[in-house]
Amino acid sequence: MVPSSGKNLNIPAPRHRPGEEPEFDDLDISNAGEVARPDVMMNSKDMYGYANSLIRVLDMKNNAVGEWDPKISADDMRKGLRDMLTTRLYDDRMLNMQRVGKMSFYMKSRGEEAVAVAQAMALDKKDMLFPSYRQQGLLISRGRDLLDMMNHCLSNSKDNCKGRQLPIMYTWRDGNFFSISGNLGTQFCQAVGWAVASAYKGEDAIASTWVGEGTTAEGDFHHGMTFAAVYNAPVLLNVVNNQWAISSFQGIAGGEKATFAARGVGYGMPGLRVDGNDFLAVYAVTKWAAERARNGGGPTLIEHFTYRASGHSTSDDPSKYRPEFEPEVWPLGDPVDRLKMHLIAIGEWSEERHNEAIKDITAVITKKYKEAESYGTLNSGERPEVSSMFEDVFKEQPDNLRRQRQQLGV
Amino acid sequence: MAKMSMVQAINSAQDVMLERDNAVVVFGEDVGYFGGVFNCTEGLQKKYGEQRVFDTPIAEGGIIALAIGMGVNDMRPVTEIQFSDYIYPAFDQIVSEASRLRYRSGGEYWAPITVRTPCGGGIRGGQTHSQSPEGIFTHVTGIKTIMPSNPYDAKGLLISAIEDDDPTLFFEPKRLYNGPFFGDPKAPAQSWDKHAKGEVPEGYYTVPIGKADTVRRGNDLTIITYGTMVHVSLAAAELSDFDVEVIDLRTLTPLDIDHIASSVCRTGRCVVVHEATKTGGFGAEILSQIQEECFWKLEAPIVRVAGWDIPYPHAFEWEYFPGQGRVLEAINKVMER
Repeated sequence: MVPSSGKNLNIPAPRHRPGEEPEFDDLDISNAGEVARPDVMMNSKDMYGYANSLIRVLDMKNNAVGEWDPKISADDMRKGLRDMLTTRLYDDRMLNMQRVGKMSFYMKSRGEEAVAVAQAMALDKKDMLFPSYRQQGLLISRGRDLLDMMNHCLSNSKDNCKGRQLPIMYTWRDGNFFSISGNLGTQFCQAVGWAVASAYKGEDAIASTWVGEGTTAEGDFHHGMTFAAVYNAPVLLNVVNNQWAISSFQGIAGGEKATFAARGVGYGMPGLRVDGNDFLAVYAVTKWAAERARNGGGPTLIEHFTYRASGHSTSDDPSKYRPEFEPEVWPLGDPVDRLKMHLIAIGEWSEERHNEAIKDITAVITKKYKEAESYGTLNSGERPEVSSMFEDVFKEQPDNLRRQRQQLGV
Repeated sequence: MAKMSMVQAINSAQDVMLERDNAVVVFGEDVGYFGGVFNCTEGLQKKYGEQRVFDTPIAEGGIIALAIGMGVNDMRPVTEIQFSDYIYPAFDQIVSEASRLRYRSGGEYWAPITVRTPCGGGIRGGQTHSQSPEGIFTHVTGIKTIMPSNPYDAKGLLISAIEDDDPTLFFEPKRLYNGPFFGDPKAPAQSWDKHAKGEVPEGYYTVPIGKADTVRRGNDLTIITYGTMVHVSLAAAELSDFDVEVIDLRTLTPLDIDHIASSVCRTGRCVVVHEATKTGGFGAEILSQIQEECFWKLEAPIVRVAGWDIPYPHAFEWEYFPGQGRVLEAINKVMER
């Protein structure tokens, strides 16, 4: 028998489990407006402190405060709110459709809408996005037709991925949105490669990429960080710390030892930590990092401190590993509510307009979904041509695939 | 035409492509100023500058990921994995990403990358500098797997690989870098100078991917092989009492099965030879396809000559390496039935 009482061995555990009362009173959270905004070209050696503070603009009284306030127009904020709302309502609809068997799988981004939408708005359309799987807000904010997104999720005859990818693993070349892999973190250093090519060509476009905090443990994260730093790549390296990687809390990825933003320090790049539920803060931090990258200042690591309010996916039941009400007590609130309340506070929005917007968006989604279903679902109606499954393996179909297609009789 | 070693031919292919196309960049561990541990990129940084030929951190997964991202941004990256024994950290990027990007994105994105990597043994490299992992990659659809056996083919195939819009894995049998090798380590080393395939055009030309080459004509038996074992098989064929045909595959996937089948259906007898370990090796696939195409024309069971199913043992290199004796033995075994 091997004794099993190692007192020096640490297996991290989350602060609460199901049945326990969730609270986050001791979370170390900077006040809104408290963190200074450095010059965009500040030497990363002078920026270590940013990795251990939290950049926030919206305070709990719904005011935008401090040097990081991007001071964007009410129209832009309303666009941001509308895009986040659309993302959320779209997610809700698609989840329901998965539940009634119209598609195989779905992943919501509830609670993390600002991370995607604010970044999309702060970047230029020519900038290339290498997302993970919870950034559908990027597509929505860049104006992708919801119909096309639904067609993909339903794997129907108009799916641009031709029925080959799981739902939500979107591709959208026209919107400079890369193909979502499904393997975690593989896109991180690919984004660096894209950015290096942009720098090589002397172009102004930058790249941005996202992983979850759990994926920072993958080698790909380390590769991306190293290559980006070495070649001074114009790239934004985002870590969405939503506290949970399926059932593993952020401590399992090493989050109790240091912040994820602090990973940047060792590579010689700024590590900024931002309230991911604060639309204005995410927007401002993205603008800062994008300007730095475009000016030749190289990569920035951004930790978005947020909370995954839904399950990991439709195959997950979070009540098995965390208290049911934990999302409601998350001390940084909800990104949609916070931007909404800010707009109301400055007299640029109202509950009535908000409800009206929800109604409008819902109507659009309902209409689009109806049309999408007319092009088929995974289980019924039209699908892409079966013979197309032998295409795009290579640019030109080799003989062995042609023979296998003939063997199948298509 | 010029006399070139395989190293010079591979260098020349990259030189030609760097010259022709600004989208071509060359990178890997030690490939820049130093010119690579086998000199395959010697002088290229000096000629084309540090932004086009550069060193990378020691992270094979990062090298391939970088190449994929650059490829998506209209570049044509040529990467070097210093030894194919070190390719495994890049496995996920090759298998899950490069090979499936075009497919999973519905044809919207692709990775026109070339991965060069020295393979094979016979250089006293032990188990970390001698492997032949091609069979691991031939199982992966969406990538093309190439292994030339001489300078002429190496240059022409490498140019084809660089120009190809699909990812290509380019295995370079390092025992052949400086001369043909016939399997006898005690024989004096030969250079490519006197070999017909050491005559290489200095400029641009291509050898098509996916086409095998009959390097010796014969009527009694067909040897299917590639890489270093082409030369060993040719030497064995010379020693044999039989009229042996030898086919150099050059490209493993897509496999030129029509070329193979037409030969084996004619001779009715076949030996498949590779340096890689036997079980689950690419030879198994060749056998299966020949069986599918030529079963009723076969006069005898097909025999495989391959590395033993052990790691490449440092002190027992020549007991591991499938030399002329083992090839001859296989020829005789197939012929006596």
